[in-house]
Amino acid sequence: MDLSTNYMGLKLKNPIVPSASPLMYEVSSIKALEDAGASAVVLHSLFEEQITHEALELNYLTTQGSESYAEAVTYFPEPEVYHLGPDEYLNHIRMVKDAVEIPVIASLNGVTAGGWLEYAKRIEEAGADGLELNIYFIPTNPHQTGVEVEQLYVDILKIVKKEIKIPIAVKLSPFFSSIANMAHTLDQNGANALVLFNRFYQPDIDLETLDVVPNIFLSTPQAMRLPLRWIAILYGKIKADIAATSGIHNAEDVLKMLMVGSSVTMMCSALLKNGASHISKVLEDMQKWMEEHEYESVRQMIGSMSHKSVREPAAFERANYMKVLNSYR
Amino acid sequence: MERKKVTIDGNEAAAYVAHKTNEVIAIYPITPSSNMGEWADAWSAAGEKNIWGTIPTVVEMQSEAGAAGAVHGALQAGSLTTTFTASQGLLLMIPNMFKIAGELTPTVFHISARTVATHALSIFGDHSDVMAVRSTGWAMLASNSVQEVMDNALIAQAATLEARVPFVHFFDGFRTSHEVMKIEQLSLEDIRAMIDEELVIAHRKRALSPDRPVIRGTAQNPDVFFQARETINPFYAKVPDIVQKVMDKFAKIVGRQYHLFDYFGAPDAERVIIMMGSGAETAEETVDYLTSKGEKVGLIKVRLYRPFSLSHFLKVIPTTVKSIAVLDRTKEPGANGEPLYKDVVTAISEAYSTGILNLKVYPKIVGGRYGLASKEFTPAMVKGVFDELKKDRPKNSFTVGIIDDVMNTSIEYDPEFSIERDDVIRSLFYGLGADGTVSANKNSIKIIGEETDFYAQGYFVYDSKKSGAVTVSHLRFGPRPIKSTYLIDKANFVACHQWVFLERYDMLKNALPGATFLLNSPFGPEEVWDKLPKKVQKDIIDKKLRFFVIDGYKVAEQAGMGERVNTIMQTCFFAISNVLPKDEAIQKIKDAIKKTYGSKGEQIVKMNYQAVDQTLANLHEIQVPDKVTSNIELEPVMSDPRAPEYVRNVLAKIYGGLGDTLPVSAFEPDGTFITDTAQWEKRNIALEIPVWDPEVCIQCNKCILVCPHAAIRVKVYDEKFTEKAPPTFKWTKVKGKEFEPNMVYTIQIAPEDCTGCGLCVEVCPAKNKTETRLKALNMADQIPLRLPERANYDFFLELPEYDRTKVQINTVKGCQLLEPLFEYSGACSGCGETPYVKLLTQLFGDRTYIANATGCSSIYGGNLPTTPYAKNKDGRGPTWSNSLFEDNAEFGYGFRLTIDKQKEFAIELMQKLAGEIGTELIDAIIKADQSTEAGIAEQRNRVALLRKRLENIKTSEAKQLDAIADFLVKKSVWIVGGDGWAYDIGYGGLDHVIASNRDVNLLVLDTEVYSNTGGQMSKATPRAAVAKFAAGGKPVAKKDLGMMAMSYGNVYVAQVAFGANDLQTVRAFLEAEAYTGPSLIIAYSHCIAHGINMTKALENQKAAVESGHWPLYRYNPELIKEGKNPLKLDSKAPTISFKDYAYLETRYKMLTKSKPEEAKRLIELANRDAKMKYNLYEQLAAIRYNGGNGEKK
Repeated sequence: MDLSTNYMGLKLKNPIVPSASPLMYEVSSIKALEDAGASAVVLHSLFEEQITHEALELNYLTTQGSESYAEAVTYFPEPEVYHLGPDEYLNHIRMVKDAVEIPVIASLNGVTAGGWLEYAKRIEEAGADGLELNIYFIPTNPHQTGVEVEQLYVDILKIVKKEIKIPIAVKLSPFFSSIANMAHTLDQNGANALVLFNRFYQPDIDLETLDVVPNIFLSTPQAMRLPLRWIAILYGKIKADIAATSGIHNAEDVLKMLMVGSSVTMMCSALLKNGASHISKVLEDMQKWMEEHEYESVRQMIGSMSHKSVREPAAFERANYMKVLNSYR
Repeated sequence: MERKKVTIDGNEAAAYVAHKTNEVIAIYPITPSSNMGEWADAWSAAGEKNIWGTIPTVVEMQSEAGAAGAVHGALQAGSLTTTFTASQGLLLMIPNMFKIAGELTPTVFHISARTVATHALSIFGDHSDVMAVRSTGWAMLASNSVQEVMDNALIAQAATLEARVPFVHFFDGFRTSHEVMKIEQLSLEDIRAMIDEELVIAHRKRALSPDRPVIRGTAQNPDVFFQARETINPFYAKVPDIVQKVMDKFAKIVGRQYHLFDYFGAPDAERVIIMMGSGAETAEETVDYLTSKGEKVGLIKVRLYRPFSLSHFLKVIPTTVKSIAVLDRTKEPGANGEPLYKDVVTAISEAYSTGILNLKVYPKIVGGRYGLASKEFTPAMVKGVFDELKKDRPKNSFTVGIIDDVMNTSIEYDPEFSIERDDVIRSLFYGLGADGTVSANKNSIKIIGEETDFYAQGYFVYDSKKSGAVTVSHLRFGPRPIKSTYLIDKANFVACHQWVFLERYDMLKNALPGATFLLNSPFGPEEVWDKLPKKVQKDIIDKKLRFFVIDGYKVAEQAGMGERVNTIMQTCFFAISNVLPKDEAIQKIKDAIKKTYGSKGEQIVKMNYQAVDQTLANLHEIQVPDKVTSNIELEPVMSDPRAPEYVRNVLAKIYGGLGDTLPVSAFEPDGTFITDTAQWEKRNIALEIPVWDPEVCIQCNKCILVCPHAAIRVKVYDEKFTEKAPPTFKWTKVKGKEFEPNMVYTIQIAPEDCTGCGLCVEVCPAKNKTETRLKALNMADQIPLRLPERANYDFFLELPEYDRTKVQINTVKGCQLLEPLFEYSGACSGCGETPYVKLLTQLFGDRTYIANATGCSSIYGGNLPTTPYAKNKDGRGPTWSNSLFEDNAEFGYGFRLTIDKQKEFAIELMQKLAGEIGTELIDAIIKADQSTEAGIAEQRNRVALLRKRLENIKTSEAKQLDAIADFLVKKSVWIVGGDGWAYDIGYGGLDHVIASNRDVNLLVLDTEVYSNTGGQMSKATPRAAVAKFAAGGKPVAKKDLGMMAMSYGNVYVAQVAFGANDLQTVRAFLEAEAYTGPSLIIAYSHCIAHGINMTKALENQKAAVESGHWPLYRYNPELIKEGKNPLKLDSKAPTISFKDYAYLETRYKMLTKSKPEEAKRLIELANRDAKMKYNLYEQLAAIRYNGGNGEKK
């Protein structure tokens, strides 16, 4: 049985790629993922804020009140070196690369076309096999047009593309007027892969304190419907590979995502819930299913249920909505 | 050999040699010597080795006495050992110093000489500490400049090894310890060449060892002690020659020649000054100047003060001398002269009587005092002394530098006399602590010192306030070594880094004609002139100043640097002053930025580069108009006509920077000051202040409790008083059944006293229902509010206080209606200690004695010019004193002894006078229930009645009773201090006092670090936190002081954190005070030294409690009598991990950045500590007690 797949120019032994989560903080847990069968890993993100603010904050907090009062000219010892967020991250890449055989995809998370993007180069130098750009942008300004927002994505991609040679994936949100066009534009500007979709954390409100509270839910299997449709639509229309993310919990989910056109499927919540060994279980179930249904390879099924390959492409479109509505009658 | 040039301060110079030539260093922080220990610790932490290739062990002890003991032991066991200290610290070492010298043990103690506390404490420099150790038998070597500090540190080390007599190597605190100078650094080869290996081995061979056992430290009887004590004389006799030999050797190796006494001046001088310390540099400079004008004057610098070598001394006195002034930087009241003077008199007299005095005449010798506590010592004063020596009968025991209008000891001098040369660039920079002015100037000195042939000197004057602190940097650059050890008062460059200073300080009074004035101005080149105060315009025109402005705020903002204008102003300085070619200067500034901030991340470096690059385009020279057009006057300080005369005439001068002009008669001779004076300062340091919205307010009074500066107040009063309220004054109906229906409620801000910390807004639980970002308190710009709120606050203060006897004191809302008697202190904005102090003054202030350990709380509590302890309308309020750092518990205990004794005596006297006074009144007084405010008020009335009756009794007993009758009203003793005192240096005393059964209350303001001296580790520092002396994270857990106190069983113990549970805090204070035995409250005090956002500090307090690190509890021994468990745990089991709490704070987080692996290990252990601590308390609180017999059920 051939489970191998190609993703952003990397040859992977199977389509299961654990995505950014706390499991990526420790080399040992990444090693465990590899041992369980992961074909690659996407590390947790290095955030733009970490690069731009951490140093400033540390400097501010260690020097506030200094050189003001004669008895306490400083308040902290001055370490020889600080391993700030970016350095720690680069070091982490190096350690992970040393510890595992599988490709390691680093992740940069930010929203401005600023100086922080220089870190792409450092990430490449640290040995990452690929880079995922997680552009986590919530456009709140009513005067900012959709065109401007889209341009921001393109600008970030272009800058990074110029800096590095390793493949680049762009992780998108589903909130574009025309996802297909956006995907196409990124594809044109050199994205080696698109990761669909970014799940924005949805804040909640505490009625007692009248505070906005961040509230993180793990994804549910229902969440996969959104990427499923769009991967199906995009498959074959763009050169870039597609990775599916959100709501992929078991072998069936993986198979579905492959069939609509993903080269790889990314897992996060299921691994947080069930642990690294869940990967072996999924792989096992996948193989069993493929054997039962006489599939020879993963490649064979990729895109087989995409918009362009199914008998009724309209099922992914508006017509399907009508049908669903009617089914409630 | 070309040696490296470095620009460093005296402390670093001493520490450099000490670290290279020692193996064990035991220290304890004390200003101004702390930095020496910190340098040594930092070098050892970084793996720096000494000349023998091993890393010296640096340990922090619990006190200087402990440090001296450890040094003594390490020496006895054979290590080369040293310590650094000053002032009281040196005094605590005296017992060991006698021992170390008595045992002929070689060592050098490096002392940044500081004033010993007498009528007041002072952190500044003079020789009163080193003079107090004259009798210990230590050699004493004085250094006068930073270069000499480095040189003499080595000379002393080399000499002690040969002489076996220990050395005190001293230099002037602050003036030399903190002065940054360009000096030549001794190389490792120099140091190796000076230290004789054989002598080191000899020291080791003399050490105690069980392999060749001897015994030292015996006890001796009258038969032999005396003779045995005289055995050391030959060693002392040799010291002077040994030191001179070492100095000669040093000269051969390094090139600088020193002598035990060095003479400067005319070979045929008739008038000579003899002195030691930094002032001698100024004297040398002045002698040079005067001799160049043909005056026959000279100076003898004393280097080796002890042993005092007559023969070496006689060699340097010019035979032509007719009069000598010996200047001492110390005072010995009652002596017939200060120490150096007496030594000189004795030397000359001895020489005369033994026939070896080779002078043409027997000179007139007078002694004088100068420079106590870093009082300025200038060329003008030196000239004044020489002028005095011209007189037929020069004053003896004179003072110079002050106006003594009581005993007329002071001599006259012309303050305008100046000898500064034109080729020395003299610059003054006025900055705010927070704007980075001092650190930028330190960089400038390094740039000029290390990159040019210029000599450079920097000295920094700091504020005595910790919030809104002003710094003045004094920088000199010139072609010759700089010997001007005094502040710049004639500057050719003056920079004002903050616009607001223009209205507060007359900084141009120090500008020379033709000087340059650089101003950081929010107003552009077109409009700036019209915004200047009148006096500033006039000075610029009259003195023909070149005037430059830059909008540094804008440039900083654009570069993302917030309020730090430092590199911008530094770039301006270089651009204007032409010390270096402009482009080269900019490159050097950038190099310095890289060096300073490189380890802190590229972002900071880039940001600073950007600021530098944008500076020149924003720097403008202003064409100065020829007419003064402004009507803006400099604001007079503390000039409120309602203030007491003493405030307006004396304290205002100190506050306005004119303290030097106050004469002796301005002060009480015993160090007494009136209280209630901080209210007159009106510092106006807040950019934003809170504004109250009565519609939203729920009247919980939490904001009042958390305010560190008592700058937000509440009153409940009769609505009728609002008739005359100013137009913007606000009030609303009071909520709560306990109040009369006609009562209204006002929260009022003190606009000019608020520091803008924002804690009140943070704690406010009320939210505006239509716009939830708004609370009942919201920050707004201070300037537009200043005048209306000033009127409102004045009106508010005149409203009647709520009746204390009616207050529900055991609620937050209730107790906050009590008037605070601690207000507007100079503590840090957002301080975590002062809310506790304020609370205690609200609850008990009108009958409280406060004993305050040295530290932050004694500085914001008692540093001049003003003090925050206040009085109520009856004139009652806390009475406060600071004894020492180490004895505070005992000091407060002494208060209690007196109160109890005097009360007892008063009762005895009443009973003796029972016939006249009446037994009914006496009984009522003796049996009075004073457990409530009402009870106390009644007792005060009884005592008033007693006094009235005493008026008619004309006996001595009646008089005596009248003097002590106040003791019949309940008094409260509060012993206040930080964790450095309670856990470390004062623990022995604290332990003894709580083990007594006296009614004292100890309040430990626990910041878990030595805050006042700059963040050194204490035993209260938690595991995994970074502090000085724990750069790698504190490896062991925090001492559980509360548990130790509980073990006595008779001590009321509470652990509180007002940010986590204010009500529990209030109840703990009330219970502690009500408990008639010793009470201990350990109060979590967030602190700037935690590296936190001070505005959000209450969240840190909450997290500390929620993590189990800081369980809240009260242990009340009274409950045992009721058969109850005395321990009540007031906080729940941990809901977050210690790590979640800790990583809110830089003190923990920075370890993850400096030593990530160690951080991981320690945080795990600390997690366990927190869990275990809570567990233990939980179990103790669950034990069931049986009927008061203490037995477990």
